[in-house]
Amino acid sequence: MKGDEVTREQTPAKPRGLRAVGHGIDVARDWWEHAKIWQRYLVYIALVVGALILPAPAIGTFMSPGSDWTTVLVYPIGTYILLAVGLNVVVGQAGLLDLGFVAFFAIGGYSVAYYGTQYGWTYWATVAFGIILAAVSGVILGAPTLRLRGDYLAIVTLGFGEIVRITANNTDEIGGARGITGIPHPPPVFGMKFVLDPAPYYYLIVAAIVLVIIFSVRLQKSRVGRAWAAIREDEDAAELMGVPTFKFKLLAFAIGAMIGGLAGGIYAGKAVFIEPNTFPFILSATILAAVVLGGSGNLPGVILGAFLIGWLPERFREFADFRILVFGGVLVLMMALRPEGLLPSRRRKAELHEGTGGMGTMGAEVPGPDADVSTTEAAK
Amino acid sequence: MLDDFANQFLPSTVGGLVNGSIYALIALGYTMVYGVLRLINFAHSEIFMIGTFASLTVLLAIAPSAPFTGIALVGVLVLLIVVSAVVSGASAVVLEAVAYRPLRKRGATRLAALISAIGASLFLQELFALVVIDWLIDKPGRNQASAPRFVARDTVFEVGNVAVRLDQVIVVVAAVVVMVALDRLVNKTRIGRGIRATAQDPEAAVLMGVSIDNIVRVTFMLGGAMAGVAGALYVMEIENTGYMIGFVLGIKAFTAAVLGGIGNLRGALMGGVVLGLIENWGAIFLGSQWKDVIAFTVLVVVLMFRPTGILGESLQKARA
Repeated sequence: MKGDEVTREQTPAKPRGLRAVGHGIDVARDWWEHAKIWQRYLVYIALVVGALILPAPAIGTFMSPGSDWTTVLVYPIGTYILLAVGLNVVVGQAGLLDLGFVAFFAIGGYSVAYYGTQYGWTYWATVAFGIILAAVSGVILGAPTLRLRGDYLAIVTLGFGEIVRITANNTDEIGGARGITGIPHPPPVFGMKFVLDPAPYYYLIVAAIVLVIIFSVRLQKSRVGRAWAAIREDEDAAELMGVPTFKFKLLAFAIGAMIGGLAGGIYAGKAVFIEPNTFPFILSATILAAVVLGGSGNLPGVILGAFLIGWLPERFREFADFRILVFGGVLVLMMALRPEGLLPSRRRKAELHEGTGGMGTMGAEVPGPDADVSTTEAAK
Repeated sequence: MLDDFANQFLPSTVGGLVNGSIYALIALGYTMVYGVLRLINFAHSEIFMIGTFASLTVLLAIAPSAPFTGIALVGVLVLLIVVSAVVSGASAVVLEAVAYRPLRKRGATRLAALISAIGASLFLQELFALVVIDWLIDKPGRNQASAPRFVARDTVFEVGNVAVRLDQVIVVVAAVVVMVALDRLVNKTRIGRGIRATAQDPEAAVLMGVSIDNIVRVTFMLGGAMAGVAGALYVMEIENTGYMIGFVLGIKAFTAAVLGGIGNLRGALMGGVVLGLIENWGAIFLGSQWKDVIAFTVLVVVLMFRPTGILGESLQKARA
């Protein structure tokens, strides 16, 4: 990407272990930076074709022996990817910490469910309306809170996620704790009927993901994306250079929320039934973990992170009871070994190294005199 | 409506003070760690949960002779509080060593640290649900575990026509005593000065000979111990616990910390009490199912007008 050259580091001579993986990624990235247009399109086509044949039973028997692979691809994997791309706009691009992203997922889902069952609106109208509602609620949440610093924002968004869930739980008009059943399926598209077979939903979600990715990449390379990067790296400096930071942060919130709403709409169309507990805090945490684990700010990384976090628990269903335990342990381990994520972008990596990039480093990061040995070892 | 409010105002106030004391104790852990590390210690709620189970285990062992009175009651209370504080404090130290120290050594971002904290939180919850609870009290880990009553619900005194019970008095008094002790510790002792120095400027603190690693360890230990005290009081007052107990209380306590001004010890006390009171008063009008919504709405409104909380952020300043 343009602009990344500035922050390029010297590649160390002989990388080993985890660093070797990082080195391979750097090579791939260098190739991609200088790849010709036709080479890039070949890769795009290969990726889309790969996504389309992914539900094949041959792949499924390995990937998910315990449950139906296509279903797993729709939820959790596809939905997580969609949500992660949306959250990446907020966390990765604008550097704002959102712990209540599930609220927008819920708003999208509930508007499809409510307007579909109560008013009989067509599916696509409800999805569009859900996206608008999510964006509006993103603005409503953001307007009073985006002037706050990172950590306050984190707790306020967490609170917002809980407010939405509890409100849904306490409001009988939208089903209360019992939720809403009998949500209409999407109408047929190109002869594909959306009933019980998960395949059409999978193609729908792939289409949505492709759309959202294009949208996100275009944004990133536009004036808006540059403004977000500036805010993420140093908000005060951005403001001084004439970037209307508040407006752009609000925009990031709204766009992230729209993508969350879209994911909710698609989910509800497939699920037939939603209830407040479909949208717990743990889902927000999971999506955030996917974004950070993959490499916040870098789309391929984020998608990889969401895929892994959606897929691994399904793959290891036989350890059903221990899944969350292992998930928690892996998060701690990953952050200790590779805090910048699996596939960080160069720019993000450099930012994280400097301690800029949204949240900065922890306080008291200065190693004490007794810690010198371990830090120098880590630097080798 | 107003009649309701007049009738329920005093009982709600008492209940709010009791809840608020527990929020405040948990909030202290968040606020101290935040002051020193600028980190939301998301797993702190699990440290509290561990504290409740420490108390519960001890309590079940001595339960047959309950309820206690007089000297025996004081003895049991002190025992529970000390055991919970020690267990929670030790857990917090282990948590820091496993989940945060490796990141700190690498200069990782706070976002990475937050993810590590969330991971640790999930890990501890599940560890208790799957293994520890069953092992400690021989009950299925995912069920609520109820605690035997050991403090009789006797009326101590009346305010207006509202009876204030013994257990409620104990919670508030114990919380205040512990918090005053912590306040003295942070403001008057050598180790407290180290904590304040680290919060203010870690680099300068290192140059002045403060061992940051020790300070961080002590901070986690103190914060964990406070959560342990809260756990003991919670088991006494609410009389049940479970592996998920930390989540909502943790969010509330963090809200309290932010409300009072994060990094500010007295702010945590004030935030906890304010939150407890407003929540209970609001519930009179809207019903108790809206309590959490009220709490978060208050948070948003307060932060709109005072972006650094009611008392402002200041572990570093002398007020701490």
